[in-house]
Amino acid sequence: MFNISTQALFAQLLVGLINGSFYALLSLGLAVIFGMLNIINFAHGALYMMGAFCAYFLLNVLGINYWMALILAPLLIGFLGVVLERTMLQRLAGLDHLYGLLLTFGLALIIQGLFQNYFGSSGLPYAIPQQLTGGQNLGFMFLPNYRAWVVIFSLTICLATWFAIEKTKLGAYLRAATENPTLVRAFGVNVPRMITLTYGFGVGLAALAGVLSAPINQVRPLMGADLIIVVFAVVVIGGMGSIMGSIVTGFALGILEGLTKYFYPEASNTVVFVIMAIVLMVKPNGLFGRA
Amino acid sequence: MDEARVLLEVKDLQAWYGESHILHGVDFRVREGEVVTLLGRNGAGKTTTLKSVMGMIGKRTGSVQFDGQQTIGMTSDRIAHLGLAICPEERGIFASLNVMENLMLPPQVRPGGLPVEQIFELFPNLKERISSQGTKLSGGEQQMLAIGRILRTGARLLMLDEPTEGLAPVIIQQIGRTIARLKQEGFTILLVEQNFRFASTVADRFYVMEHGRVIDAFANADLDANMGKLHEYLGV
Ligand SMILES: Nc1ncnc2c1ncn2[C@@H]1O[C@H](COP(=O)(O)OP(=O)(O)OP(=O)(O)O)[C@@H](O)[C@H]1O
Ligand SMILES: [Mg+2]
Repeated sequence: MFNISTQALFAQLLVGLINGSFYALLSLGLAVIFGMLNIINFAHGALYMMGAFCAYFLLNVLGINYWMALILAPLLIGFLGVVLERTMLQRLAGLDHLYGLLLTFGLALIIQGLFQNYFGSSGLPYAIPQQLTGGQNLGFMFLPNYRAWVVIFSLTICLATWFAIEKTKLGAYLRAATENPTLVRAFGVNVPRMITLTYGFGVGLAALAGVLSAPINQVRPLMGADLIIVVFAVVVIGGMGSIMGSIVTGFALGILEGLTKYFYPEASNTVVFVIMAIVLMVKPNGLFGRA
Repeated sequence: MDEARVLLEVKDLQAWYGESHILHGVDFRVREGEVVTLLGRNGAGKTTTLKSVMGMIGKRTGSVQFDGQQTIGMTSDRIAHLGLAICPEERGIFASLNVMENLMLPPQVRPGGLPVEQIFELFPNLKERISSQGTKLSGGEQQMLAIGRILRTGARLLMLDEPTEGLAPVIIQQIGRTIARLKQEGFTILLVEQNFRFASTVADRFYVMEHGRVIDAFANADLDANMGKLHEYLGV
C-alpha cells in the first residue's frame, strides 16, 4: 500500500516536472519578448501549437525526423515571428501595452481558428523518436526515457538562454536596449534589428516547446490555448521581464501542481491561480519582478 | 586654428518633439581638434541640439554635415558609425550592466579609439569598481564611466552634455583635465555647459543659444570683452 502511493507521488512529481518544463520554456520566451518589445505576446500559445504542427508535417509530409524538427521547426516558426514583427508589431512600438496585447490576441484567434478549420479539434499522433522509447526502472518508479529527455533538454535550453542574456556581450546589448533603446542605438547598434530577432527567438522557443510536447500530448489546434492560460499565471507570479524568475517559477509551479494532484487532486487545476492571486496581493510586480 | 578642417557643420537645424517645435534654425560649426561649447539658459535647446546632431530626435530638418557627409536623413546608429558619440545629460548608465559591461557596451565604430588601459589611467576609480552595478557608482564615477565608454569606440567627435552638472569641485577639475587631455589626443569636442567659468578653462570657442537658435558666438580669447553680454544672455 505504501509502495503504491510513493509510486503515485513520484509519478505526479514527474508530470509536474514535465509541465514545469513547458511552463518554463514558454514563460521564458514571453519574458524575453516583453523585455525588448514591451509586448505581452498573446500569440505565444498559437505559435507553440504551430511548432508541434510543423514537426508533424515535417515527419508526415517530408519524412524529416524528430531530431531535425527540433532544429527546423523553431527556425521556421521563428522566421514567421520575424515576419510578424516586421509587418505588424513594429508599428505598435511606443504605444500602450494594450495594443500589442490586442493584436497578438487577435493573431492567436485567427491562427487557432484556421488550424481548427482544417484539422478539427481532435489530436494527431506523433510518435516518440525511436532512440527515446522505453524507460528506466528506478526502483521507486518507472521513468520513461522521453520524459527524462524533455526535462533535461528544457532545463538546458533555459539555462543556456539565461547565460546568453546575463553573461555575454550580446546579452549586454539586450539588457541595455531594454533600459534605453535610443541611447544604445546612438552608440551604433541596430536596435530595430535586435528587437526583430528577439521576437523571432522568443517565438522559436515556443515552437521548440511545441516540438517537445508533440510526442507527449497529441498535436491539436487548441493545445496552446489551454496551456497558455496557466503560463500567463506563471508569468504574473514570477514577474514580467525577469529571465531567471520565469525559469524558476515555471519549474516550481509545475512541481507544485504535481504535488497538489497527489495530495489534494480537487485543487490541482486551480492551485496556480490561487497562488497568482496571493502573489498579486503581496507583491504586485511578481516574485522576481522589478518595480 | 583657422586652417583646420570643419568636422561638423550645422545649418538651419530645426527639430521637434512630437508637435512642439524646439529648434528654429541652429547654425554652428566645429573644426577638427577644437573644443566648442554651447552656452545658454535652461530650455534654450542645447541638449536638443546635441541629440539632433546624433539623430536621436524623431523629426529634424536642415543640414548636419559631418566630415563633409550629410547626416540629416540618417538613423542614429548609422551616424554613430561615422565617428560621433554622445555622453548624455542624464549620463545613461545602465543599471542592469556592471561597470565593465557599461564601459565595453558601445561597439567600435572606427579604428583608433583609446585602449581600455588608457581609460583606466584617466579614471582610476573605475578600475577599482569594475564589477559593481553601473548605477551603484557615485555621480562623479558615473560621469567618468559615461565619458570613458565613448573614448574606446574610435569616435572623433565627442558630444558631452553638461559633464560637470551636480559634481563636487575636485571632480569638476578632474573632468576639466580629462577634456584638455582628450583635446591633446586629437579628439574634437562639442560641450554643453551652464557653468561658463568651467567652460572657459577648456573651450576654444563659444556659441550662445536662446529659444532654439544660436544668437552669438565668440572665441575664448574674447571672453573678457564679452562678459557683460554673456551675463545678460545667461541671466547670471
Ligand atoms: N522630451 C521632450 N518632449 C517635449 N519637450 C521637450 C522634451 N525635452 C525637452 N523639451 C523642451 O525642449 C526645450 C529645449 O530643451 P533642452 O533640453 O534642449 O534645453 P537645454 O538647453 O538642454 O536646457 P538645460 O540647460 O535645462 O539642460 C525646452 O523647452 C524643453 O521643455
Ligand atoms: Mg540640457
